[in-house]
Parts: sequence; C-alpha cells; structure tokens
Amino acid sequence: MAASSCRGVRSILWKYGSCGKNLCVSRSKTIPQLPVRQICVSSSLWKKNLAAAGPQKFTQEFIDKQVEEFEVGKRHLANMMGEDPETFTQEDIDRSIAYLFPSGLFEKRARPVMKHPEEIFPKQTAIQWDAVGRPFHFLFYTGKQSYYSLLHDVYEKILAIERHQDKMRSKGLFTSDTKQIVLTGSRWLLKEEMEEYLVENVSDQDFMRFVQLMEKLLSMPYCSLEEEFILKFRKQLEVQSSKHEIPALQYDPQGVAFSVAEGRRKTAKATITLRDSGSGNFTINGRNYLHYFPLLQDREQLMFPLHFVGMLSRFDLEGSVEGSGHSAQAGALRLAISRALLSFVSEGEVEKMRQAGLLTADPRIKERKKPGQEGARKKFTWKKR
Amino acid sequence: MAAGVLTGARQVLRGPRLVSAVFSCHGQTFSSAAAAVKSPPAPTDNAATEKILNFPLTQPDYFRLSELFTMKDLFESRVHLGHKKGCRHRLMEPYLFGSRLDTDIIDLDQTVEHLQRALNFTAHVAYRGGIILFVSRRRQFGHLIETTARECGEYAHTRYWKGGLLTNAPIQYSPGVRLPDLIVFFSTLNNVFQQHVGIRDAAKMNIPTIGIVDSNCNPSLITYPVPGNDDTPVAMEMYCRLFKMTINRAKDKRRQMELLKGISASV
Repeated sequence: MAASSCRGVRSILWKYGSCGKNLCVSRSKTIPQLPVRQICVSSSLWKKNLAAAGPQKFTQEFIDKQVEEFEVGKRHLANMMGEDPETFTQEDIDRSIAYLFPSGLFEKRARPVMKHPEEIFPKQTAIQWDAVGRPFHFLFYTGKQSYYSLLHDVYEKILAIERHQDKMRSKGLFTSDTKQIVLTGSRWLLKEEMEEYLVENVSDQDFMRFVQLMEKLLSMPYCSLEEEFILKFRKQLEVQSSKHEIPALQYDPQGVAFSVAEGRRKTAKATITLRDSGSGNFTINGRNYLHYFPLLQDREQLMFPLHFVGMLSRFDLEGSVEGSGHSAQAGALRLAISRALLSFVSEGEVEKMRQAGLLTADPRIKERKKPGQEGARKKFTWKKR
Repeated sequence: MAAGVLTGARQVLRGPRLVSAVFSCHGQTFSSAAAAVKSPPAPTDNAATEKILNFPLTQPDYFRLSELFTMKDLFESRVHLGHKKGCRHRLMEPYLFGSRLDTDIIDLDQTVEHLQRALNFTAHVAYRGGIILFVSRRRQFGHLIETTARECGEYAHTRYWKGGLLTNAPIQYSPGVRLPDLIVFFSTLNNVFQQHVGIRDAAKMNIPTIGIVDSNCNPSLITYPVPGNDDTPVAMEMYCRLFKMTINRAKDKRRQMELLKGISASV
C-alpha cells in the first residue's frame, strides 16, 4: 500500500513537473514524451529498517522441516551411541551430546544442545485469517484477541455463578459457607508466564485488570464451581524446608545408627560422620578437636548445632577437613554437622534449624582485587593535587 | 493562447486526479487484494455468481426485514427515550419528536425508517460475505455485544480502541489484513462523552457505518444513523437481537442460493 501510494505521488510529480515545459512548446504534438526522472533518491528507501522488522519470523514449513531433521538426527545419534532408536529419550540425547561434544564453557546456554524445535524456536502466531480474508477469532480486530477472549470467558463465568446464586436464593437454599477453594501455598501467574500462555504481549495494567477480575470471581460464595479454571492460573509455591536433602540414616554392623554429610565454607571442604549412642567425642583429621582447634570460637562453632537441638553428649563425631584457614574450616564442619543431624531430628526441629540459619551455606568468598586499587576496597592515597 | 494553455493544464490535472482517486480508495485496494487471494472462479460459474450477487438488489426489501420489528416493539423497549434537554446535540433536533418534562423524545417514525434502511444494508453486506464489526464503549453492554457477535459469526470490539487500528492496519495487525466492510456502533460516544474515534477513522477509510445515535450524539459522519436510546438494557438487547436475526437471515439466504446454484449447475 505504501509503495503503491509512493508510486502514485511520483507519477503526479512527473506530470506536474513537465506540464509547464511541453505544452507551451508544441500543442500540435500528441502525448508528449515524459522524461523519466526520479525525484527522491535517498538510500533510506531501499535500506532495510532492521529495527522495525521485529523478531525473526519462521514459516510453518521451516519449522516442520526442522522437526523432521531432529527426528532423523535423533535416530542417527542413537545408532552412534549403540542404543535403541525407539526408546531414545531427551535425557539420553543430552547425555550423548555432552559425551560427544564436551564443553568447558561456564555459560550453560552456550554449550551445544540438541532439543526438539518446539523448545528452541519461540512460539509464533500463525496467520489469523482464512483464504477469503475473514479472521478466525471474533475479537481479532481488538488487537489482543487471546487476552480479551480470556477476560470475556472470566466474565461469563462470573455471570453464570451469579445466576446459580439467584437460583439457590429463589429456592431458599442459599448458604455462605460453601466449599472454599484452597489458595494457600500458591501464587498468581506472573506477567511473563501469562505472556507465554497467551502468546501475546501483556501490559502491566492489563495484567492487573486480569488479576482483579479473578479476585472478584474468588470473592463470590459459589466460586468452587469454577475451581479447575481458577487453579489453571495459580502456581504452587515451593515450601522452603522441604527442599533440604536429608542424608540417609545408615546402620553399621553393631546396629549403631550413623549419617554422613558434607559442608563447605570459603575454600574449606569438610566431611562428617555422626555416630549415635556416643559420648560427645569429636575427632577431626585424626586429632582431638581440642588439639585441632585451640581457639574457643572455632570449638563453639562445632558445638552450636548439637547444643541447639540439645543432643550434645549423644553423638560421636568423626570428621575430615581440608583447605582455607581455621575459621573457614570450623564453619564448614558446622554446616556438615547440621546436615548430618537432619536425619536424627523431627520435621519441626528441621524448620527451627533452618530459621536459625544452621542449614544455610555461607556464600561469602574473598572479593577480588581491582586494578587501580590497592586491594578489593582499599584505594591508593588520594592526593588533592 | 492563454485559454489553450489553461485547457491543456485542466486536461493534465484531470489525469493525476483519476490516478490518485484509485489509490485513495483504501477499502477497494484491500478488497481487491482479498479477491486476488480467492481462487479465480471458473468462467462458467461467473454468470451464476453474478446472478446470486445482483438478484437481491432488484427488490427493495428482499430479506423482509420489516417483519422483524414494529413501532410498538420499539416503544416497549423504550427506544424513544432520549437524554435531558441540556444534553441535546444540535444536529439531533430533526430526529426529535419533542420533549416531555425536560426529557427529549425521539421520533419513532423516523427511527423505524432509519432502522429499516440500516438493517437492510447490514443484510446485504452479510449476504455478500462482508466483515461486520460491532463497536461500543459502554461497559454495561460489552459482554452482550461480544456474545451477539460470536453467535452470528461476526466480529466485535468493545474494548479500548488503539490509535491506528483502521488507519494503520498493516502495522497494527499484519500486512495483508482485510478491514471490516461495515462497522455498527451500538453507542457512538466513548466513556468520556466524546465521539468514538472509530467513526472518524471509518470515514477516513471509506468504511460505511451504522450508528445508534442518542439525543446527545453527533450523527454527521455516520452513513446510516439510527436515532434511538443507547442507555437502557432493554433497548440494547433489542438492537442486538435485531442485528443478529438480520445477519443470520442474510447468511442463510446466501447458503440457500449457493445450494440452488449448485443444484442448477449440476443439472
């Protein structure tokens, strides 16, 4: 359309430009020959406007071809690894690629990867109208068809629940204490997750509007009728304490329970074996803890987890530690002891330990020295002039 | 000599204007694009298709839409109730019957005539497979209008109207999009009592419009204004029902004619 109008403009300009000259000279001639003269010659007309092009678009045929190539490649890979092509899963593919193309790159996304094209190429909207030109979706002309259609559906459900309420009221069976939807431990979808779900850009106000509408739906007494629909838009929150890996409780030939755990602090690595029915003996790197840690502060660090759960004289500790200095080694041992204790302690105690900070690994490491400075923070002497 | 030059110039002027006329008719360029997308009909079908398209134009009320409503129905749906005298728009005065206790009463004789014309036009557009877009910015009736549009297989836009939806269509949607062939405004004002942007944009893009104009609206740019009430739920439900019935009737008629053509062609 723009190109055709440009051509039209140019044709007008030709004719206006030349009418003055030709007509005055010879009226007897028939149609005067118009000189072919381009008015606008800037290169911006034929240079591609890369910014306006938007993200790269892939046609459906291209994606289908990629899927085919992926399937064929998967079978080749299975044959190469000597495995059955029929039962070659994505995990097997990842393992084989990591074996065939070992990469030491830190950025995981820069490593060679072989995945189904659906996971690699971003989801795009296909052509939205049929051969005649009529769009498929009845809200196409709004610009945000999926989002507005979602709002339309939610409003429809609100109306349906209101009608149901009216029906119950007319029968005299209306009660406010109906089955409520359990919402604890879940959160609303984030804006980015919503954009992924709708394959459309969603603005902040739009998203807030959607959440408000859902809240309105939830405020109605009979909202449990649409529970399934509402839960589609809620994500479960991970309970923090359930993430801890409790080391398995093992039994040695005498029947004494023990557990093994590891801990790290700065560059120190520690391994601890907690033995039950002991008498509070601590052995570290073959030596008694009094010899290994002459400083009280370090010994306090070792004792703190056991003192917190109140099982100081119950366990026998056997540990090995290497690296860094005495304080870091004590910290590493403390973390290892806390982790080993998890298998001897109840769920409530685990949560208490987590809140006391016993199970959190200390992330602090030595800050690097920067150029132009004496150390990490210390600057050279500042001179006014 | 001067006269000769002037006539020459006029001849030249006529040329480019013709050229520009073709390029400015936006709706036509898009519909020709749509025609290019459609598979070209076989030469034997051409006459039959022409007959199907032109036959309804021979009669004044081919779809018998006058049976759909009477003035009494309009009165009972309170279509004649306008706004108060203070809100009256000057250009609506010809359509008003009078005012009673400061409330403007819309002349239902004129409404019946205008509504007949509007529904007839909608029916013809729907018969020829045109895209009809229902527009309204009243939040009370947005859901009703969207449901109506969905039920008759047409399109609705009862949300915030983004700037270049009609005038900047290839960029707002995708290049090659087909614009609506008819826009029906169930209420011509937006939420701040200004005229809906769609009316001006449709006029710019040469898209015919039908609009329910209340006594505080401006009927100038609307092709088929229908003076009537746009605030009462009863009135809106009636309009939605009428438009839905018209469009369904027209589409059914078209399917019938296609079937007949198929039968007669095979015979």
